[in-house]
Parts: sequence; C-alpha cells; structure tokens
Amino acid sequence: MSTESIALGRLTTAPATSLVERLHEWVTTVDHKRLGILYILYALLFLLIGGVEATIMRIQLIRPLNNFVSPEVFNRMFTMHGTTMIFFVIMPVMFGFANYLIPLMIGARDMAFPRVNAFSFWLMAFGGLLLYFSFIGGDGLYGAGNAPDVGWFAYAPLTSQTFSRGHSTDFWTLSLLVSGFGSIGTAINIIATVLCMRCKGMTLGKMPLLAWLNLTMAGLVILAVSPLTAAQLMLVVDRYLGGHFFDTQAGGSAVMWMHFFWVFGHPEVYVLVIPAFAFASEIIPVFSRKAIFGYPVMVAATVCIGFISMSVWAHHMFTVGMSSAANTFFVLSTMAIAVPTGIKIFNWLATMWGGKIDFKVPMLFCTAFLFQFLIAGLTGIMQGAAPFDWQLTASYFVIAHFHYVIVGGILFTLFGAFYYWFPKMSGRMYNETLGKLHFWLFIIGFHLTFDFMHIPGILGMPRRIYTYEPGRGWDIWNLIITVGVFFQAAGVLVFIGNLLWSYRRGKVAGSDPWDAWTLEWSTFSPPPTYNFADIPEVRSRRPLWDLKHPEDPDWQYE
Amino acid sequence: MSARSMAMPEADIQWTLPARGPVAMYCLIAAEAAIFTIFVVAYIFYLGKSLTGPQPQDVLRVPIFFTICLLSSSLTIHLAVKSLRSGKLHVFSLWWLLTIALGAVFLAGTAREWGRLIYGERLTIQTNLFGTTYYSLVGLHAFHVTVGLLALATVAIFTLLGYVRQEHAERAEVLSMYWHFVDVVWVVVFTVVYIVGR
Amino acid sequence: MHVSFGRAMHPALSPTNIFAPVSTPAQSIFDLSLFVLIVTGAIFVVVFSLLAYVVVKFRKRAASDEHEPPQVYGSTQVELAWTVIPTLIVVVLFLAAARVIASIQNASRPSNALEVTVIGHQFWWEYRYPSLKVVTANELHIPVNDPAHPAPTFLTLLSADTDHSFWVPRLAGKTDLIPNHPNSMWVDPHQTGLYLGQCAQYCGTQHALMLLRVYVDSRQDFERWTQEQSRPAHIGATVSEGKRIFEGTACVNCHTIAGTPATGTFGPDLTHLMSRQTIAAGASKNTLGNLIAWIYNPAVIKPGCKMPSMGLSTQQAAEVAEYLATLR
Repeated sequence: MSTESIALGRLTTAPATSLVERLHEWVTTVDHKRLGILYILYALLFLLIGGVEATIMRIQLIRPLNNFVSPEVFNRMFTMHGTTMIFFVIMPVMFGFANYLIPLMIGARDMAFPRVNAFSFWLMAFGGLLLYFSFIGGDGLYGAGNAPDVGWFAYAPLTSQTFSRGHSTDFWTLSLLVSGFGSIGTAINIIATVLCMRCKGMTLGKMPLLAWLNLTMAGLVILAVSPLTAAQLMLVVDRYLGGHFFDTQAGGSAVMWMHFFWVFGHPEVYVLVIPAFAFASEIIPVFSRKAIFGYPVMVAATVCIGFISMSVWAHHMFTVGMSSAANTFFVLSTMAIAVPTGIKIFNWLATMWGGKIDFKVPMLFCTAFLFQFLIAGLTGIMQGAAPFDWQLTASYFVIAHFHYVIVGGILFTLFGAFYYWFPKMSGRMYNETLGKLHFWLFIIGFHLTFDFMHIPGILGMPRRIYTYEPGRGWDIWNLIITVGVFFQAAGVLVFIGNLLWSYRRGKVAGSDPWDAWTLEWSTFSPPPTYNFADIPEVRSRRPLWDLKHPEDPDWQYE
Repeated sequence: MSARSMAMPEADIQWTLPARGPVAMYCLIAAEAAIFTIFVVAYIFYLGKSLTGPQPQDVLRVPIFFTICLLSSSLTIHLAVKSLRSGKLHVFSLWWLLTIALGAVFLAGTAREWGRLIYGERLTIQTNLFGTTYYSLVGLHAFHVTVGLLALATVAIFTLLGYVRQEHAERAEVLSMYWHFVDVVWVVVFTVVYIVGR
Repeated sequence: MHVSFGRAMHPALSPTNIFAPVSTPAQSIFDLSLFVLIVTGAIFVVVFSLLAYVVVKFRKRAASDEHEPPQVYGSTQVELAWTVIPTLIVVVLFLAAARVIASIQNASRPSNALEVTVIGHQFWWEYRYPSLKVVTANELHIPVNDPAHPAPTFLTLLSADTDHSFWVPRLAGKTDLIPNHPNSMWVDPHQTGLYLGQCAQYCGTQHALMLLRVYVDSRQDFERWTQEQSRPAHIGATVSEGKRIFEGTACVNCHTIAGTPATGTFGPDLTHLMSRQTIAAGASKNTLGNLIAWIYNPAVIKPGCKMPSMGLSTQQAAEVAEYLATLR
C-alpha cells in the first residue's frame, strides 16, 4: 500500500503540500470522511474540557462545606458540563461516526448532500465556540464570566430576565439554536443517504444495523430537536421582545417549558444511545465470529424504541404536580420502552452465545457496555415507578443512573468504536496493551464513581448543590466518587496517548484487520477519497462473509 | 492486502431508490411541522388565559381574502411545475410569477392586519399571552412565507435569465413541496387562531 | 392501610435516608421500592449470570482456531419468550406503581387535617397556617399523627419566584413549588422528632443552602408552639437602639416583626426568630455571634443570597442582633 493512502485519503499523488494548504483543504472539505474526523476530533476536545468541568465539581464536593470554588462558579460548571457533554461531545461524535461510516457501509461515494454536510458541521462547531465564549464575557475568567448557570435544562422562570440577568441564558440559548440547525441538517443528510444511496442489492433489509440505527436516530433528531428550537425561540421572545410564554406573573406556565424541553430531552437521550447500540451491533458479532442474532427483531425493536421514546417525556416531571392519571400514563409508557430495550440486550447475548469470542479491546468495551447498560436500564425502571421516583428524582441517584447510561453505556461503546475503526480511518493498528490499560483504568474509575454515587441519592442528597452539610451521611461516598474521577482521567489520557502514538507508529493495518464482514472493510485503510474503485453489489447482510465463504454464503439463509 | 472487488455478476435486478431531493424536503417539512406544532400547542394552551388586554374575539378579523390568495398560490405553483415538466417554459414562468404575487399579497395582508392590531387595538407581543402567542405563531408562519418567496424569486430570476430548463422540473417540484407545506401550515394556523380560538 | 414489606433502614445512616420512613407517603414509597428492587434484582441476577457464563464458556480457546462457529441467525421462539416475559414483568410493575400513585395523590383530605401553606422563595421557606393565624419561616412545626385518630398535615405548595422542591425524605417524596402552579402534598408522621431535607429543584445561586427542618411535635408541644407563634413580638426593654436601627434602615422593607412598624414580606418573618434553631434557612446555627455576622454581611455565610449587606458598622450590627435576640 502506498504512503499516500496512509495520509488520510487524498486522491492525488502530489507531494505533501504546505501547512496552510493542508489546513485549507480540511476547512473547505465536503468529503464525508474528513468531516467525520473533524466531528470526532472536535468532540474529543470537548470531552476533555467537559471532563475538567466535572473534575472541578468533584473536587469541590470531596468534603462538606468545601470552598474550592464559589457557588457561582460551581453552578456554571454543572450547566456547562451537561450542555457540553450532550451537545458538543456525544452528538458530534455520533454524527462523526455516522458521516464516516454510513457511505462506506452502504457502498456509496459520499453522503447525499456533501455541502450541507459541511455546513452542518460548521454550524455545530460555531455553536460550541459561542457557548465557550461565554466564559470570557462579564466578570472575565474569574467567576467564569457569563457562562450559563441555569442548568442544562434551563427551567423557566429561572431563565427570565428577572432571575437571569446578564447574558448567561442567552449564550445557552443561541449556541444551542445554532448547533440545533446543524443537527437537523445532519439528520436530513443521514436519512437521504440511507434511503437514496444504497448500492445495488442492498435493500433496507440487507443494510448493516448501523445504517438502520442511525436512520432511526436521525428521525428522532428531526422530531425532537425542533421542539427545543421552538422553545428556545419562545425564550428569546420572552427575554428580548417582552413576551410572556413562560412569564408566570402574566399567567404564563413554567410547566409548559418543562413539557417542551422534555419532549426534546427524552428522545434526545435515545439520539445519544441508539448509535451506541449501532456500534455494539457491529462489533459484538465480529468478535464473537457470528452473525447478529435476530436482525429483523433488532430493527423492529429499535424502531419501536424510537416511537415509544416520543411518549415518555413527562417521566422527568413526576414531581411537578401532574394528575395521577397523567403520572400513571407516563409510568406505563416508560415501563413499556424497557421491553424492546431488553430484547436488544438479549439479542446481543445470543450473538455471543455459541461464538468464539476474542476479547480484543473493542470487545472488552462492548462486553462492559452490556453489563453496565443492564444496570442502567434497571435503575431506569426503578425511577419509572413514579412514587419511587418522587424520592429518587433530582437526587444523586438519577445522576448516577444517567451517567451509567451515558458513560457506562455510550462512552464505553464509543471507546470500542474508536478502537475498532481506528485502523480503517488511519491505516494503522492501535497498541493493544495500552488499549487494555485504558480499559482497566477507566472501568475501575467508572465503577468507583458511579456505583457509589447511587448511595448519596438514596440518603437524600439532591443534585446541583455546590456544597452540603456534614452529618448527612454523605461524606465518605462523595470522597470515593471523587477518587474514581482520577482513574477515569488516567484512562482517557492513556487513550489519547495511544491514538497519537499509533497514528504515527502503529503497525500497518491493511484493509481488513478484524476479518469483518461489512463493506467498509473491502476498501483500503484509509479509504481513498472516492471510497470504492467500483461501486459494490451485494446479496446479503454480510457481503464479505459471502466472499470469504463462497461455499456457505449468508444469502442462502436470509 | 488489496481491497476486494465487490462487483458480483447477477441477473440485472431493477434498482431504483427514491430521489434525494424529495426525501430531504420531506424531512425538512417534518422538522418544521414539529416546530409549528409546539407554537400551536402554546397558542391553544394559552387561549382564555390572558390576565389583561384584548382577547382574540375582540380584535381578530378573519382574513378570508388573503387566505384565498395563499391557498390559490398552491394551485398556481402546482400548475407551474406541471408546465415545466411538459417543457412549456413560458407558461411555467407565468404561473410561477403569479404564485409569487399571491404570496406577496398574503404577506402584505398580514402586515396590514398587524398594523391595525398594533396601532389601532394596542395589541403587541408584550401586551398579554394572546399577543405573545399570536404574533409568534403568525409571525413564524409569515417568516416561512418570506423565505419561500425569496427562494421562488431566485428561481424566477434564473428563469428570466434563461437558466431554467425542463430537466429542472424535479428541483422546482421539491421547492413547490415546501410551498405546499407553508400553505398547509396556514390552514392549521387559520383554523386554530381565527376559527377555534375566537 | 397497607402491608409493609420490610423493616426500614436504620436512620442513623443518614437523617435524610429515603429508606427510613416515618410517614405514610414515605412508607408507601418504601414498600413499593422494595418490591421494585426485588424484581429488578432478580432480572439482574439472571441476565448477569447469562453474561458471565457467555464470557467464560464461549471465549476463543486456541489462538490458532480459525474455524468459524456455527452461524445462528435467530429464533422466533426465543424472541417471543424474551418479549412476553418482560412484558408481563412490566405490567406487574406498572400496576404496583399505579396503586401507590393513587393512594398518595388521591388520598382524601379529612376535615381535621392541618393546613399549611408553604411558599418557596430564593432561598428560604415561608410557612403560613391560615386557620391558626401563624406566619413563620424556615422551620416547620407539625403535630405528630396518632394512627387511632388520624390528623394528617396537608401542605399547599406555592412559589414567590422560581421553581423549588420540598424534599424531606423520611416524610414523603418530593413535590415541586412552581409559580402560578399550586401543588399539594400530605404527611402524617407517627414519630416525633426533627426531620431534615432541602430544596431539590435548582433555584439559583444558593439552592444548596435552602435547607428544610420539620419538627414533628407532640400535640401539646404543637399547641404551645402555635400559641407562641400567633402572639405579637416580645421585645426586650433594653434593645431600643437596635430596634431603632432596624426600623430606620431598610430592614423593615423586607421583614415583618408583628406589633412593630416592620411589615415587609420579601424576607422571612422575624417575629419569633429566637424560637428557631437556625438562621438563613439552615445555613447557620441561631447564635448571637452568627446573627451579628449575618446582619453585618450575609454574603460571608450565604454568598448570592438576596439579603444585602446594609452597610452597618459592627457596633450597629451587634445592636440589631441584640434586638433580634429578644424576639422569642
């Protein structure tokens, strides 16, 4: 393989151009692979920043009545941490992987709308920069400037001009409005690509599960981000045009903001987790050496999850005083969504059953995902039982629950995806030993922090408090939680180091280091700009299996 | 290791996938529909809840004429696209320009009504819940009409410059889908604001 | 009455332990939670065992084993089984939860229930007992409930500014205080004592120090307390300078001391300040030294709270504190 293709897929064989020219290529690119990498690198940067914000909070909370940071700074930390992680880490990284992988996996040369793709990335990127610019305004860096301090869900009327002077709320609103438009653009692109650009023979029933799950995710983005956009426009009207959408003094409703926000907020968490399911659905079969168990059921379960997720939102509002009938309905819908979710866990287990599992680093992370997502789902069911939620919500129990999903579930599969597709994207293998070190450091830290975090919740510790009284029985647990953070940080540093080192000095990977079965492994690593020399034609869900096993191809069984 | 060639000799299967333009436009329409739904829900929820100020039944007058204009523009744009498909460029541009004119008349009507409400009836977006939700909802729709008119005008300019040909009919159709959507939203807004809400 | 599933956890673990209920709503929630924990625990054990088994039994043995295992694409029976069984479990959990929702939310309000209005402020709690003509702040007193003659306390929850949430875990689940959206909850503690909690809905800078103290008193103690609270202020004779400063500075714009010209309602009612064990919504103990420090500069104890420093000298602050210290 020539040196050119190692240097991230350029079509020409011209010698290396100057730094300015290379930057210009990246800034003006419309190639889905480069945009994918831009999204992923952007997300990694914000992962580190969000991690620093979390560390600051945890140091403040390591003991009662601490004064590592002031309440003003702490309140900005939890707001920025949540907003950053959701909108500028997980969403971009998932969009990045979707952008990179979908055209390759469906045998296309690019996404449906390459220029809209680039525009969407830059909208999202600008939104993040706008959000972080808020640190510089107002009091400057000390006191964390005008950074938002209203919580990532920005409940009214705390966000009105009365209670939120200055521009902290405006930074939150405007940066998310801008990046929200980018998200909708990417979602439209994903849907159009999956529906309109599949290679010959790849019916909807034969495309990789990653394509199906990202299609579902994109549909949810379209239906869910729009309500947030609408609510934020209403907030801007209130704050700047004297409107009264959420002005309780004028008869407006604070609860209406909550409804609008959570109509976005709940499907949003499925937007975050469904691509994680996609990674697991690609990685687990390859490392178990078996086809995914129950492909049609997996598709059906995912689509069901997508639909039901639009009907559970008020389980975030069990304590606001809805009627018992309303509360009961949302218990029912929340419990219902557990069924298709459980089906997926069982199908992954069944895929591993009877297999020959190779615990390379991607598989380590995906196995841990199964264990942790199971627990996260069960603590979710606990909170779905509304009366139990009347104690657990707004406490450290729910923080433990959703970090179990987002870190223990989503981030773990993300790490798996990084390791799995890094050889394809860079042409090099990562270092397996460092990868395992990352895994063990991170999983120890994760469990130290998030297992024990359930306990202060049960012992009555609410969320979003910058300090707490001694004598509540919370002290030792907070200490352990903070200690775990440093293990996780160490793991992430090892991860970054591994990526950087392997990019330069890793073993050459070749096009198919994992002996896998989907189309991206049929082209070079990294793929050339045009992806495939000839557009493939497929006959089954695992085209490379058919090629490698001509005596026993999949299309005889599907 | 070289890449594997995936071309498989097969009986020639029919392989047609949907066109990406219409798919993308449907998705955009779905997203916009979701935004409008939230504004409509807010409008309906706040009916009767204003603490002070003018109420809808006191000040709203049903804009029948302007509604007819806007809804007819759906018909005219449909005829425009049909003509473009058949290659009748001249007829196409006439129907297209008529669509723009009807849309512009609608906007002018909205502007006139707002002038009357603001200066005559003292109803602004700040006045009460009705004012806030009314101007937001109708304004959001008018904004979408404006964006649509700008897009239609761009096509009109291209047409007058001679760049638009029969093979662009599909793109015109995609744009017309947006325009139809804007009209459907008006049907909903009209019903909620001027019929049900008054 | 309900069936209790288990013994509550020892409250010594934490004064705000949700598993140490002393009141029916908290008890019903505790019983439901035990049931839910048992069911989810069983699910965990089953699925985790399967996962552990799979990880051990099906790992790749020999490094050189190149044969692929038999490919299994699915099984309708198995899929049906693990659809139907979880659905049944989910239905059972739903019914259990629905029952408790109804029993707590739709509980009838007996005529002898004590009515208290709770108004949430940034960052303190106002309590009004309409039938008893009592107005106080930050420390709630309610009578203990005798199961033989039940007389629960019903709280109406309002807000003067932004969202708050009333959470005293041993008494009940939390209920939010939302402006323009009155809520209602009830408690019937069967054990006297002091129960702690705090605001559980982020309400601004000092959300963390908006603490709750609920004193469940015996009937006699409660009546004595309400008698005291409904009287106007006792003011000592020797604190006229402090009283003068208080009434001459803007203190009266925010605070009420019944029987004096101070009739402000933005801040807590101070008429019986000395009947409280804490100040600043639990942020500090109610001692003379803390009172002086608080009056001199509230931001030292509770930075970001709504009470400004009035620019008094330390001498003046001490005098005002001495005046307030007579308000039993």
